[in-house]
Amino acid sequence: MSGYLLNRLGQALFVLWAAFTISFVLLQAMPGDAILIKFQNPELGLNPQQIAEIRASYAADSAIWVQYIQTIGRFLTGNFGYSVQVGVPVSTMLAAHLPATLKLASLGFLLAAVLAVVIAFLSSLTPFAWLRGAIQSVPSLFISIPTFWLGIMLIQIFSFRLKLVPVINPGPWQELILPVITLAVPISAPLAQVLVRNIDDVLTRPFVAVARAKGATRHWVLLRHVAKNALLPTLTIAGVLFGELIAGAVVTETVFGLNGIGGLTGRAVGSQDAAVLQAIVVLSALAFVTINLIVDLLFPVLDPRLRTKAGATA
Amino acid sequence: MSGSNVPHPPVLEVENLSIAYHDGTAHRGVVHEISFRIDPGEVVALVGESGSGKTTTAQSIIGLLHANGRIDGGSIRLNGTDISRWSDRQLDAVRGAKISLIPQDPASSLNPVKTIGAQVGEILRIHGVASGRDLEAQVISLLERVGLSEPALRARQYPHELSGGMRQRVLIAIAVALKPQLIIADEPTSALDVTVQKRILDLIDELRTEYGTSVLLVTHDLGVAADRADRLVVLQGGRVQETGATKVVLAAPRSAYTRQLIADAPSFSAVVRKAPGTARAVPAASDNDVVIVDGLVQDFVRMDGNGKSFRAVDDLSFRVRRGTTHAIVGESGSGKTTTIRAIVGFQKPTAGRIEIDGTDLSELRGETLRQFRRKIQLVYQNPYGSLDPRQTVFDIVSEPLLNFGRLARPARDEKVRAILSRVGLPEAALDRRPHALSGGQRQRVAIARALVLDPDVVVLDEAVSALDVTVQARILDLLDELQRDLGLTYLFVSHDLAVVRQISDTVSVLKDGRLVDGGSVEDVFERPGSDYTRELINAIPGQKRAALV
Repeated sequence: MSGYLLNRLGQALFVLWAAFTISFVLLQAMPGDAILIKFQNPELGLNPQQIAEIRASYAADSAIWVQYIQTIGRFLTGNFGYSVQVGVPVSTMLAAHLPATLKLASLGFLLAAVLAVVIAFLSSLTPFAWLRGAIQSVPSLFISIPTFWLGIMLIQIFSFRLKLVPVINPGPWQELILPVITLAVPISAPLAQVLVRNIDDVLTRPFVAVARAKGATRHWVLLRHVAKNALLPTLTIAGVLFGELIAGAVVTETVFGLNGIGGLTGRAVGSQDAAVLQAIVVLSALAFVTINLIVDLLFPVLDPRLRTKAGATA
Repeated sequence: MSGSNVPHPPVLEVENLSIAYHDGTAHRGVVHEISFRIDPGEVVALVGESGSGKTTTAQSIIGLLHANGRIDGGSIRLNGTDISRWSDRQLDAVRGAKISLIPQDPASSLNPVKTIGAQVGEILRIHGVASGRDLEAQVISLLERVGLSEPALRARQYPHELSGGMRQRVLIAIAVALKPQLIIADEPTSALDVTVQKRILDLIDELRTEYGTSVLLVTHDLGVAADRADRLVVLQGGRVQETGATKVVLAAPRSAYTRQLIADAPSFSAVVRKAPGTARAVPAASDNDVVIVDGLVQDFVRMDGNGKSFRAVDDLSFRVRRGTTHAIVGESGSGKTTTIRAIVGFQKPTAGRIEIDGTDLSELRGETLRQFRRKIQLVYQNPYGSLDPRQTVFDIVSEPLLNFGRLARPARDEKVRAILSRVGLPEAALDRRPHALSGGQRQRVAIARALVLDPDVVVLDEAVSALDVTVQARILDLLDELQRDLGLTYLFVSHDLAVVRQISDTVSVLKDGRLVDGGSVEDVFERPGSDYTRELINAIPGQKRAALV
């Protein structure tokens, strides 16, 4: 068991390192950089020598591998550097923008999970074939809706037409309602599809027939036998979908003008603020790796078959 | 045991029952107006091959037909009440309490993520019989009753921690928990080893007698039915071919189909397909041994990391003469599969020597090992899993030819056609894919694929175990004919001693990786050298009839 844990931790660290290195190389490979974008502006009236001095103060022209070692050293001590564009520490910027995104992402994911479970179990419980077909086509519909379009449509309908959710000065929770729905819909679709397929699969297993032969009702069997067996493989998909969640949050925050990591990313890309982007990539990778590590460690807890290892292998 | 003079009404009466499956617009009748009855305390066996409708009939009685199955006519009367048109809600009260089920495959019939105790307790909870401490106590006494050691520990364990036989005992505990009037046992032992099978069937018999329960035994194994049932209902293609007291049906079968079934059942067969030493003149000289296994040891390293190794095969030696059949017999975990994997060169033995046709396997590496595989070919157990569903029969059979040497297309064509007709497949099968073939036809394709390279040795790994008896008999005939004509040597791996006795010349009996008995088939069967072999032979079903005839 401890060998398994160490192995998974090692893999997680490798993924983090790879994400850091790849993003570092890509950011370096881009033509121009944040310093040029900010200080070459003619209105500032800086001469080339002054710009060179500024560049030297940021150590922007030292060898790439020196910068790489320095940056990785700083990251390991929790120092993400300074934003060139704004001139404040990156950690301060992240601290300011992270809570909004965390709230949006966790609520969005929660709603997605609820939607998926509701769709899957409704379709399994319904006695009518036509209704079942209709419910099962919902995920395909959800997955084909673009996030930005859904966001705009929700604002149009609920805020402007029905005036249910205010757009001007909404409360801290009110402002989250539409973004959370926007984010949840596309995430819920693959979850629901996997869950529906798993439920169908589990329903054909002999132990379900045995449970029915005991006199259990359909609902009893679905809740006490099928649910856990069907949810287990879905958990893996949920971990992987977390990546989608981060990507979806960027678009959603932009559409709804939320002040989160998504908005920050957008601005940092515009000004090639490498320090900020580097920190965001590493942070996202850390979140992704952590979630998937938790999922992997959760499996042996939920599935007794994974707790004891089989003996010999042939 | 109980005759028609019993004053009680029958527990179950099935009358003119017809069942069909509806797939969209298609309508496929699988059970046609069948009738039979089960008296209190009686065991009735529903005997038939796959597709005979026996499982569908059993499912309809307990109201668990597949969603697309429908009862088109007739009645199912439980204690005189027709339940064939009852709703699920009405049936829920009957299932488990009045009728219960012992399923076929104990490996998949228990919920993998719930404890044994929870799954046994569930039936008591559903019917509101017990709860709390009382429920726990009842669960443990039930587990004890079905012969499980340490019942309190078993109750806390999960299904994967129990062996197949133990799981089947748990399922029997569930089935008898509420002392139902009727137990439907759907192939209750076909997934179990022969000695376990006997113990499980004994247990069902014992509980049945104790509780006075009737049993509907669904089986493809006429031997099992002959040993255990009072009456037989023989089904073919969804119709009753014959019904009557077991003794009468077996002694004087009226329908041609029943006669065929009896003739093909290996456990009844007095026919030894080959008389050893007479069919082929086997030279006594040992230099004609084509397979020599000498002191084979195979260890596996355990995966849990404590470095201890597990010995799957321990000091096994045997020799097989050219042109004969050597059977390797044993129950699951006895090391049969490990042995043949070493013989065909899929894994390096830990110790010992394997020689095939004068070649020492340990000297082969890479390309020479690949070339060696021409000489020894495998036919696997499962004809459904061992053929690529996307290849045509022609592709499947010609693939080995492509792997070895470049035979020109016309020559290859000819060779494939020749071998297919040799195994008795029609020309039309060439372009078909496996799904369009029956189980027996698929196994013929697998045999053709093994033979197309003209091997010396063919390893038959449970090659007929998954087939119906009549199909099995035809495949065994084919194997025998091929051996005579082509001088093949067979290594026949099987758990079915009845089949082994029919077709083998020599036999090795394995238990826990060790050879416990070996020699010629007559010697081993007539004068078994170990208790284990005796136990295996005694567990062969169908001996009741053998005693009768």
